[in-house]
Amino acid sequence: MRVTWDGREVEARPGQTVAGVLIANGVRSWRTTRAEGRPRGLFCGIGVCFDCLVRVNGVPDVRACQRLVADGDDIRPQRGAELPS
Amino acid sequence: MGRIESADVVVVGAGIIGAACAEALSAAGLRVLVLDRGAPAAATTASGEGNVLVSDKGPGPELDLAVASRRRWPDLIDSLREELGDELARVEWEPKGGLMVATEPEAVGPLAALTRAQRAAGIEAVDLDAAAARDMEPHLTERVEAAAHYPEDAQLQPVLAAMALLAAVRARGGEVRGGVEAHGVVYDPGGAVCGVRVDGDAIPCGAVVNACGPWAGHLSVAAGAPVEVLPRRGMVLVTAPLPPVVRRKVYAADYVAAVASGAVDLQVSPVVESTATGTVLIGSSRRRVGFDDALEVEVLQRLARSAIALFPVLSGVPVMRAYGGFRPYTPDHLPVIGEDPRTPGLWHATGHEGAGIGLAPATGRLLADLMCGREPELDAMPFRVDRPAVIVGSAVER
Amino acid sequence: MSRVVVVGGGPAGMAAAEAAASRGVEVVLIDAAPKLGGQYHRQDGLSSEDRLAPSAAHADRRWTSPENVEHVPDASAWAVEAVDGGHRVHVRVGLADDPSREGRVFATRALVLATGAYDRALPFPGWDLPGVFTAGAAQALAKGQGVAVGDRVVVGGTGPFLLPVASSLVGVGARVVEVAEANAAVTGWLSRPTGAMAGWSKAGELARYAGVLARHGVPYRSRTAVLAAHGAESVESVTVARLDRDWSPVPGTERRVEADAVAVGFGFTPQLELALAARCRLEDGFVAVDAAQGTSVDGVFAAGELTGIGGADLAAAEGAVAGFAAAKRLGAVVEAPLRAMSRVRAGRRFARALAAAYPVRSGWQDWLRDDTVVCRCEEVAKRALYRAVDERDVGAAGPLKLVSGAGLGLCQGRICGRNAAELAGLDDPAAFAKRPIAVPLRLSELAEESRAEAPVDAEAAARPFGIDR
Ligand SMILES: Cc1cc2nc3c(=O)[nH]c(=O)nc-3n(C[C@H](O)[C@H](O)[C@H](O)COP(=O)(O)OP(=O)(O)OC[C@H]3O[C@@H](n4cnc5c(N)ncnc54)[C@H](O)[C@@H]3O)c2cc1C
Ligand SMILES: Cc1cc2nc3c(=O)[nH]c(=O)nc-3n(C[C@H](O)[C@H](O)[C@H](O)COP(=O)(O)OP(=O)(O)OC[C@H]3O[C@@H](n4cnc5c(N)ncnc54)[C@H](O)[C@@H]3O)c2cc1C
Ligand code: FES
Repeated sequence: MRVTWDGREVEARPGQTVAGVLIANGVRSWRTTRAEGRPRGLFCGIGVCFDCLVRVNGVPDVRACQRLVADGDDIRPQRGAELPS
Repeated sequence: MGRIESADVVVVGAGIIGAACAEALSAAGLRVLVLDRGAPAAATTASGEGNVLVSDKGPGPELDLAVASRRRWPDLIDSLREELGDELARVEWEPKGGLMVATEPEAVGPLAALTRAQRAAGIEAVDLDAAAARDMEPHLTERVEAAAHYPEDAQLQPVLAAMALLAAVRARGGEVRGGVEAHGVVYDPGGAVCGVRVDGDAIPCGAVVNACGPWAGHLSVAAGAPVEVLPRRGMVLVTAPLPPVVRRKVYAADYVAAVASGAVDLQVSPVVESTATGTVLIGSSRRRVGFDDALEVEVLQRLARSAIALFPVLSGVPVMRAYGGFRPYTPDHLPVIGEDPRTPGLWHATGHEGAGIGLAPATGRLLADLMCGREPELDAMPFRVDRPAVIVGSAVER
Repeated sequence: MSRVVVVGGGPAGMAAAEAAASRGVEVVLIDAAPKLGGQYHRQDGLSSEDRLAPSAAHADRRWTSPENVEHVPDASAWAVEAVDGGHRVHVRVGLADDPSREGRVFATRALVLATGAYDRALPFPGWDLPGVFTAGAAQALAKGQGVAVGDRVVVGGTGPFLLPVASSLVGVGARVVEVAEANAAVTGWLSRPTGAMAGWSKAGELARYAGVLARHGVPYRSRTAVLAAHGAESVESVTVARLDRDWSPVPGTERRVEADAVAVGFGFTPQLELALAARCRLEDGFVAVDAAQGTSVDGVFAAGELTGIGGADLAAAEGAVAGFAAAKRLGAVVEAPLRAMSRVRAGRRFARALAAAYPVRSGWQDWLRDDTVVCRCEEVAKRALYRAVDERDVGAAGPLKLVSGAGLGLCQGRICGRNAAELAGLDDPAAFAKRPIAVPLRLSELAEESRAEAPVDAEAAARPFGIDR
């Protein structure tokens, strides 16, 4: 499986969530808050807190803990509020 | 601050209208008690989008009220700031302007006719071609045919606004009491109001103001003086917080027709605007369904489609909430502001439909002028209680 | 439509689907996750197999989806709408949060809601640092993804759930530095002879976890809590302290503990969105149900943690009862499921004992500084909530949100709602729970035309297979 994090290729396996991939690769935070620019990553792990937002294939506001990785995914950090490209 | 045992005026309803009336009455030196069966500013006012508009009405008495109100809001906020300080007077006032957009060639003519009439009535309405419109709103659809810019349109946060007005009432020795329902009005043997009935008790007062919003009809019936005020459901979609995409309040030219319509059927015409927290509000639908607050997915779908038609960039953003409320309306779509001739001392201030936030300060001022015997700054006749549409054959919707 | 629609594929939803299917009706089982199991039976996401837990009805074999159950995975139910004769469930199917998902609509005269619960997290200074997780997150990541949330982890909060979490963390190679229980020790409660646990299978399970922790030398401390997390970009250490009976920190007992992760859980909050959209009545913050798991709304049943927190066994028992009742509503011949009903009664006794022994006590409010974030999404501090009440006399959830900003972000108050309500003195635990859009969807998804479908009533005439009337 080919998946990139912030432009670099990272190891990923089918069945992993985006959060699973990032944490397994030592990444603990992947977005910043809109108001104060504070770092955030996984918090609730089951899709209710919306803290783990990440940009996948140009689409922001994707919950990393809920999203399964797919071959070719381009995963990028999200800074504050972003628009889809 | 002690509990008020008797008041000059009891205002029933602590929505934006009750709050504005109470503020104006207390400014006139009256001792005011505001009652609400729920918490203050938690009903219709909490669903208002906070638009203070002069653009969505053709010439007539409502436009006059809207213009007076629009001019009054900033002065009122300034004086509240002086009286209460910055924090309590914080209402997120933003004179951001409005943009009415025609996306169909057929709408261009009627839009031009509307702006011409509005200009004749003293409203600033600037006709724009497509390029100028997109200059103002870079994310606007390429399908725009023409637009009108209304620099006077503004926005504020309705809950903060109502609370600022109520804070002023308290600061002047009045009281705001939540969790108290008015069950009716008490009359003296001569037929004049002498109190308001609450649970197992009566609060003596010289006058009662019925500012119960969409439930004003119910209180009027309980008070023995029915007026026809009905609920018209409205829904709004809220997006996730976004970077700035929509600068003004932008709406489709068919909005004015939908606002003016009395149709029972669902009407949807988009109003799109950003809030201080970065969310975009997508309003709003209009449908008469009594007080039924069930979610209707079809309504949400139509709001979504109409917003994407105006701002295609929104199509990929998350929608995180839908909320609704009941606009209080009268069959002739004009507010009711004045004393009920059948029951001296009972006043009504309601029926503001989809514009109560905008119309609040002028409503409060008008009511206070009438009650204190001052010369009102606008003609009160169109809003009087004993108009056939309001007083005849009133069948209050439950 | 003459089929039962179940939302939620945890222990409760699976049992409901199985029970209804066993009476011959068709069932649609909708769940947001790719695999069935919910929280308790969370499956290993990395394995290509579908290895489900034992069936509720037959403990000797694994659960397999009966033929007349259509399991719709990766399916988020975002709205429930009342229609003539029943309800319509609106679902997006596909990759989570992706605009490419497909819309499906399921109409039913018998809807079972089994949407479960999520961890309650209490705020404390530093809880918004990366490296602070809910206990459930640590559990889900360990069970479902095989990774540990950190190398040195402090587990904190209250209730027996902390034990399986700590044990799973050990299982994926983390060092659990300590387990901080804010109430009294679970072990004492377990061994109390008065019998909350009597005949309840949880006892053995918890003893097993306790054994794992003992073997790994994990200290378990009662009346103790994590009061702060410290670090620049993520957690580097935490402050732990003793608590008095009301959970106020005991001065002088603070300790700094080195850790790169904290997992905290203070019980669970039910996932009420769909139940509230269907207008089910609540009681003490949970969906009120009768003996047949029927809610206050005709044709809507609720089961599992939605109705009270009592663990997977109770959830499954309630699910079975709900499934039978739903099948019966569609005309199937169903005898009262007496065994399941008695398991529900036993489970509820356990749940009541659990709630009494592991409440959240008001002293947590003292852990916060004025500037401690309460609403993580909008970064609203405690100060703003107090000011809304003190200065503006805010008395309801709607105005509280609009005045303070708490609960206005993407999570819509799921995390901060109960805490904000308590801080502001509102006594309704579900004050923030009304979310007509149960899960966010993209505007373009919402704009899509719903697939045309027959109204509920018309289809009731079509005879479901296997049902004799
Ligand atoms: C979706 C939507 C969007 C809107 N957007 C805008 C906008 O952008 N701009 C604008 O100007 N307007 C807008 N409006 C309209 C505006 O919200 C209303 O006109 C306005 O809030 C009405 O205020 P009110 O004080 O009359 O009613 P409410 O705010 O409903 O207040 C009435 C109060 O009376 C209380 N009450 C009722 N009966 C009793 C009783 N017997 N005893 C004690 N208390 C009682 C209620 O609890 C309530 O608090 C919108 C409305 C909706 C629904
Ligand atoms: C993160 C977490 C981990 C847990 N781990 C354990 C554990 O290891 N051991 C233990 O004893 N207890 C655990 N619990 C407690 C657990 O909640 C119960 O023991 C049990 O799983 C409850 O069963 P349920 O069927 O009521 O709900 P759940 O198991 O929570 O199942 C609910 C299901 O509904 C689905 N759902 C919810 N909303 C929607 C929607 N809108 N659309 C589609 N699907 C939806 C969810 O995806 C989920 O699969 C955990 C709780 C949480 C929150
Ligand atoms: S971690 Fe909470 S939504 Fe993903």
